[in-house]
Amino acid sequence: MNSVLAQLQPPKHHFGDDEDRRELERDAAEWGSMGGFGNLGRSGAPSAFLNLHTDSMSANPQAKIKLAHGTTTLAFRFKGGIIVAVDSRATAGSYIASGTVKKVIEINPYLLGTMAGGAADCQYWETYLGMQCRLHELRNKERISVAAASKILSNIVYQYKGMGLSMGTMICGWDKTGPALFYVDSDGQRLKGDLFSVGSGSTFAYGVLDQGYSYDLSDEDAQELGRRSIIAAGHRDAYSGNTCNLFHVRQDGWEFIGNYDVNELWYEYEAKKKAAREEAMAVEA
Amino acid sequence: MALYAEHPASAHDAHAAGPTQHAFNPYSDNGGTILAIAGKDFSVIAGDTRQSEGYSIQTRYARKVWQLTDNAVLATNGFAADGKNFVKRVKQRLEWYQHAHHKQMPLRAIARMIQTMLYGRRFFPYYVYNILGGIEEDGSGAVYSFDPVGSYEREACRAAGAAQSLVQPFLDNQVSVGILLHFSSHRHPSICSFVPSASLRKHTIVTNDRQFPPRHDNSTRYLGVFAMEALSLALTPQIYFKNQVPEPGAAPFIPGNLPLSTVLGLVVDSFTSATERHIEVGDGLEVFVVMNKGRTTDDLLGEGQLAEGMEIEELGALGDGGERTFLVKRALKRD
Repeated sequence: MNSVLAQLQPPKHHFGDDEDRRELERDAAEWGSMGGFGNLGRSGAPSAFLNLHTDSMSANPQAKIKLAHGTTTLAFRFKGGIIVAVDSRATAGSYIASGTVKKVIEINPYLLGTMAGGAADCQYWETYLGMQCRLHELRNKERISVAAASKILSNIVYQYKGMGLSMGTMICGWDKTGPALFYVDSDGQRLKGDLFSVGSGSTFAYGVLDQGYSYDLSDEDAQELGRRSIIAAGHRDAYSGNTCNLFHVRQDGWEFIGNYDVNELWYEYEAKKKAAREEAMAVEA
Repeated sequence: MALYAEHPASAHDAHAAGPTQHAFNPYSDNGGTILAIAGKDFSVIAGDTRQSEGYSIQTRYARKVWQLTDNAVLATNGFAADGKNFVKRVKQRLEWYQHAHHKQMPLRAIARMIQTMLYGRRFFPYYVYNILGGIEEDGSGAVYSFDPVGSYEREACRAAGAAQSLVQPFLDNQVSVGILLHFSSHRHPSICSFVPSASLRKHTIVTNDRQFPPRHDNSTRYLGVFAMEALSLALTPQIYFKNQVPEPGAAPFIPGNLPLSTVLGLVVDSFTSATERHIEVGDGLEVFVVMNKGRTTDDLLGEGQLAEGMEIEELGALGDGGERTFLVKRALKRD
C-alpha cells in the first residue's frame, strides 16, 4: 500500500543545487517505458492560470484554448452484469470538435471507465490506471477489485484537487464480489452505486433510465434501456449526440455490443411509436 | 509576443480608468490552418504557410508541417512559438528512441508519446493543436488528432486551426466519417468497426479553383475513380459521404478509401476555398504525402498527375523502412 501511495505522489520539487539532479531524473523517466507518465509539473496557482487561458471548467468561454467537453454517459448494474452506454460528441464552445469520440475507455479486459469532463484528463488518468492495475496483478497474482481500482483513481485526482482537473467517470467491472460500479470525479468524490449518469445530458438520460430500470431486467432489455437513454439525451441535449456506444460487462469481462447513430435511431423509435398508435386506433375503431 | 505588448495610444488615460491590472499573457494566436486525410496505403498532411497576429502578416512562409520519421508527419497549429518548441522536443525524443532501440518509433507510439508530452504540460499547456499523419505498422494510412492537453483519437480526416469550421464540414461531406477504432480490444482484433451512414451521390462536383483546372475533370474523377477502387476495397477502413443520398434507382455507394489524386484535389480545394473566405489563410500550401513501402508512385509522379503550378520533391529516407515521403508545394492567394 505504501509503495502504491508513494507512486501516486506527484513529483517533488527541487530547487537551486538540485536543478541538475532534477534534469537527470526527468531524463531517466522519459527514456524508460514510463514514457513520461507521472511526470506532471506543478505551478503556483494553476487553476487561476487555467481559468484565464482555457475553458477547462466552462468558466471562461472566450478562452483561446478550448478543451473538448460535453457528454452523456451512463452505467447501471443489473442481474446480468453492467450496461455502459455513452454518446460520442465532443464540443469546443459551440463547435462540434468530433462526433466519433471513444468515451468508454478500455482499462483492461475486465474494467471499463467512462469519459465526461476534460477528455485529456479522463484518457490520460484512466490509461495510467490501467498501468497501475497491471502492476497490481503482477505483484499480487490476482486481478484488482473494482473498488481498489476506483480508489487508486480517486486518490490520484484528489492529489490534484483545486488545480483544474475536470473529470466525472464511472469505473465498471466484474471482480470477486460480482458486478461493481463506482462513480469517481475530480472533486475526489467516490461513490458505489447501482445506477449513474454523468454529463450535460445526464438529466435526460436519468428520465428514461429511472422509468425503465429494474435489477431483474433481461440482457436484451437492459441493453435497450441503456441505448434508449443515450438516444433521448442525444436528441434533447445540444452538447451530446452523434452516435451511441454500448458495452456489456459480464463475469468473463466486457463486450462491445455496438455503435448506433443517434439521429437514425431516434426516428426509428418515432416511427415505431406512430405505428403502435395507428394500430391502437384501428383496434378501437 | 504579448509579453512585450506595447501600451495602447491611450495609455496615459489608464489612471483615470482605474488601477492597472497585470496578467501573465504568454499565448498568441498565429492563425493558419492544417489538414490531414488518411488513405488506404498513404496519408496526406497539409498546412498553409501564412503566419499572422491580429490583422498583420508576420511572414508569408512559416512552416507548420514537419517530417518526423519515414512514416510520420506532424502538423501544428495555434501559437507558433509553442508549436516550434513542441516539434523540437518531439524530434529529440524520437532521436533518443532511435538510439535506444535502433529503429524508428511506430506511428501509434508517436501518437501516445505526443499525448504524454502534451499532458505533461497540463497546468501550463502548449497552445497547439496537433495533427499526426503517416503509415501504421500494418501499412495503413492513419491520421491522429490531438487537443492542446493531449486527448487524441484516430480518424479518417481532420482539419484544425483558423479555418477548421470552413474546411471540416466540406471534408465531412466529401470524404470523411468517423472511424471508431477498437484497437486495444482483445475481443475485436479486427482493427475497426464503423459508423454507418449514407454514401456518395451520383453527381457532378465542380472545383472552385480556377487556377487549378485543366487536368482534373473532377466531375468524373471524384466519382469514377472512387467507384472503381471502392469495389475492391469493401469493408476496409471506410469513407462515407455525410448527408448525401444516392439518386433513386442508382446503385448504393460502397464505402472505401479515396484514391490519392482525389485526396490531393480535395486538399487543394479546401485551402483555396479557405483562402477566399478567411483572412488568416493564404500565401502558400505545403502538402506532405507519405506512402507505404512498395506502393506505386505513378498517381503522384506520373506524367500530368500534378496540376500546373505545383512543385514536388521527394524527402530523403531517414531509416530503411521503405516508406516514402513527398512534399508538394503550391502558391495560394496572398491578399
